[in-house]
Amino acid sequence: MLPSSHGLNILLLFAVVGCALGLVTSQHKARKLFVELGKEKDLAQQMEVEWGQLQLEQSTWATPRRIGEVAERRLQMQTPGIGQIQFIRIEPDGQTKYQP
Amino acid sequence: MNHAVSAHPDITAKLPGWRATALFAALLLLLIGLLMRGIYLQGIHNDFLQKKGDARYSRVIEVSAHRGMITDRNGEPLAVSTPVQSVWASPSDVEANHRQLKKLSQILGMDVAGIKSRIFNVSRNFVYLKRQLPPDQVDKVVDLNIPGIMLQQEYRRYYPAGEEVAQTLGFTGQDDNGQEGLELALQELLAGKPGSRRVIKDMRGHIVEDAGDLRAPRHGKDVALSLDGKVQYLAYRELKNAVLSNRAKSGSVVVLDARSGEVLALANYPSFNPNNRSNTSIRSMRNRAVADLFEPGSTMKPFTIAAALEAGKIRPNTLINTENGVFSVGGRKIHDTHPEHALTVAQVIQKSSNIGSAKIALSMAPELLWKNFSNSGFGERSGSDFPGEASGKLHDAKTWRPIEQATMSYGHGISVNLLQLARAYTIFANDGELLPISMLKVEEQPSGKRVFSENTVRAMRDMLESVVSANGTAPLAQVAGYRTAGKTGTAHKLENGRYVNRYVASFVGFAPVSDPRLVVAVMVDEPNNKQYYGGLVAAPAFSKIVGAALHALNVPNDAPLDNVIVTPVDVMREEV
Repeated sequence: MLPSSHGLNILLLFAVVGCALGLVTSQHKARKLFVELGKEKDLAQQMEVEWGQLQLEQSTWATPRRIGEVAERRLQMQTPGIGQIQFIRIEPDGQTKYQP
Repeated sequence: MNHAVSAHPDITAKLPGWRATALFAALLLLLIGLLMRGIYLQGIHNDFLQKKGDARYSRVIEVSAHRGMITDRNGEPLAVSTPVQSVWASPSDVEANHRQLKKLSQILGMDVAGIKSRIFNVSRNFVYLKRQLPPDQVDKVVDLNIPGIMLQQEYRRYYPAGEEVAQTLGFTGQDDNGQEGLELALQELLAGKPGSRRVIKDMRGHIVEDAGDLRAPRHGKDVALSLDGKVQYLAYRELKNAVLSNRAKSGSVVVLDARSGEVLALANYPSFNPNNRSNTSIRSMRNRAVADLFEPGSTMKPFTIAAALEAGKIRPNTLINTENGVFSVGGRKIHDTHPEHALTVAQVIQKSSNIGSAKIALSMAPELLWKNFSNSGFGERSGSDFPGEASGKLHDAKTWRPIEQATMSYGHGISVNLLQLARAYTIFANDGELLPISMLKVEEQPSGKRVFSENTVRAMRDMLESVVSANGTAPLAQVAGYRTAGKTGTAHKLENGRYVNRYVASFVGFAPVSDPRLVVAVMVDEPNNKQYYGGLVAAPAFSKIVGAALHALNVPNDAPLDNVIVTPVDVMREEV
């Protein structure tokens, strides 16, 4: 065996060991990142659930029935009578016009 | 001693050569055996070890899929599934003292004996203690930390609009599958399909690698209904008022979009709370507007008259002899509540004359009348795909006797559901085309089926508008700022084949007349507070629903705001 090819073999050996260690580290990193991803996915799922619950809560608070009750009882509002309504129609040219 | 010393050089000589060979062969055989076994296990029959290996680090986990949301046409949620926890026990693992059990029973609202009988029933290894707990109770159960008592995630469906849309939406069972109403009809779309995936876990139980989906979960789709939350609320509120103030048995209302045939509201009273069905009677769960049939009474007359107009038998101003209120057909007498000598065709509608309607019907061949009724959608399902929709009865024209033809012209001897009746009025609201009904939001204008010509429909609209005038049967159906039109109905109920003095009061109409946007049908079953006429019981509810709904939908006025005339003390009555 020639001395130069001997050196090359040693070099290759180091390269192989280096690559192997690199593979181990990157695999480890990949797993760590994957765990991270899993956590974020769980969080997303949780947030989706929470979003659904908030939507539910909002629509429960904002039912027309409840709005009507609050308007009448707490805010003392009432439906305007016929004489109290005035309609304003917006014409196509942007002008407003009182309706009889 | 000598012997021992002298023996030494002979040892090798004494051992026969075959022993080394035999040992070598034995070892070689063993090696080959091991190699074969190795090849067999690793190469040929490797499933077993593969499985064992996988079991050390790979797990199959369930990926849950949620049920889709039901929303109204504007995206407001009407039914939402949200995860809740159920408490279950594994009886063989439970270790709890009496104090813990007592606490648990308090949290769950169960008695101690009941809990004991469940969690010490060792013959089973899975027993539910309580399903679908509210989150605060779940926290308390977790705090108790009893071994063998565990939680499981499930989905529970909530209905924010509560009783207003209860029968229409229906509800789901414990496992979140549709059981009634639209939840059942739309099950295919709404239901999610749980999936599973294989993962690799490290020794601390973290998932470190995804080994691929076995079955991808399919989440349920969100469905937008045609219902409008606001209109639905208004309709339910006014219906409830009408039923309660008239001490009626029940009532239903249907609101349709006159242009697209979409159902904007569909309500029944009495109703139930879909979020807590523990004390719900079967009666209140019934979606009467689609599942119950009734004889429509006078609300049928416009179809008789329109058929005769279309056939050229009459014109709106043709004079009909109304026989001073009594007219006999085949030995049976037909009465009018308001006896008149003669009425024009328009007045027959305005004052709801049974005799006029019967005479007009008898001027046509039975087949012609039948065809017109059938084309108007009577005797067939409305196409709403609602589970349990009754199709109604329209007998074959060949079996009609003259008296049947006469009574059918004013809606006796024929049965309909309210949705069908409302749908039929889209013909008059829509220049003569019968529109298909939809419970789902429609993006494109559907094409209708022409039943009457535009001329006939225009004439009918004028007549129907005269019904809500001071001289008609329903001045209470007027709405400030909008022109309305419609027809009252007050039908005797059938009981065991005989007509009894209990009534179904109804009003079906549309507004604004100049460009109809809404068709509204109100039906009140057995009003029992002195008055029972459709014009007095159902028409006021119609007026309130239409007025509020047109405002809510931002429909411009087509009449001055002071168009409502002071109603005469004695509103024109009609029976049938």
